[in-house]
Amino acid sequence: MTADLTSLLAAWTDRLAALAPALTAAERPFRTQLTVRTADPSALGETLGVGFPAVPCTFTSGAGAEVLWLGPDEFLVVAPEGVNEEVVRGALGSSRGSVVDTSAQRTAVDLEGPHVRDVLAHGCAVDLHPAAAPAGTCVQTLLARTGVILQVRDGDRVTLLVRSSFAGYLAAWLCDAATEYL
Amino acid sequence: MQLIPCPWCGPREEAEFRYGGQAHVAYPEDPSALSDEEWARYVFFRENPSGPFAERWSHSAGCRRWFNAVRDTRTHELLAVYRAGEPAPEVTA
Ligand SMILES: [Zn+2]
Repeated sequence: MTADLTSLLAAWTDRLAALAPALTAAERPFRTQLTVRTADPSALGETLGVGFPAVPCTFTSGAGAEVLWLGPDEFLVVAPEGVNEEVVRGALGSSRGSVVDTSAQRTAVDLEGPHVRDVLAHGCAVDLHPAAAPAGTCVQTLLARTGVILQVRDGDRVTLLVRSSFAGYLAAWLCDAATEYL
Repeated sequence: MQLIPCPWCGPREEAEFRYGGQAHVAYPEDPSALSDEEWARYVFFRENPSGPFAERWSHSAGCRRWFNAVRDTRTHELLAVYRAGEPAPEVTA
């Protein structure tokens, strides 16, 4: 017998959904996340079918995967079904680097709506105006004193990646920060 | 809040950073040859200038990379930042 999978923010589903239409907020749980350290990611990019970001604080997407810049030789691969630690480590071959499955480390929250930037501005000092943070921006920063990875997508959509143990706190903060726009 | 320009991420709030003390303190080439006094000097003794000071900083809540910065200790103004391994730039306060 196996236990049913319960996502970290399962208890928050209704309260996050109640923020619509000012803010559409929903957890996107159970995604495969691989922390990759390599100075030369070109071979990995060919295997995964998506080029690795060459510019700091950006992410790339393609072939169902997303690759987030975390540092000059560090990336987070949010992998599609079928791509796991072994596959990416195999692609690394004999070149120096490491691939570690960190899926349990963070969960993702998708945010969308006209007040996304207003809500985030309550607790995030990074300039998220489209002129300063266009689609494809990926910053690691503090949101309400919680470390997050923040992906800016097109059309007022943002994805937050938050550490598992901070997820409940961040959900509570989002509900509070969005209240004035309801 | 003061903004610190991370050489990788750009300007971020001071709260995202950790201080790492004086930069460019070289590890002794032959540690076992050092006397206790020389070892103490390497471990504990640091410059304490009034003016530009090359320091290590870590962008701990961001890219988590160590870098160096020249800070004016009188004004807390950051005169230059540069990546680890790069030589200290010439600055005038
Ligand atoms: Zn940084």
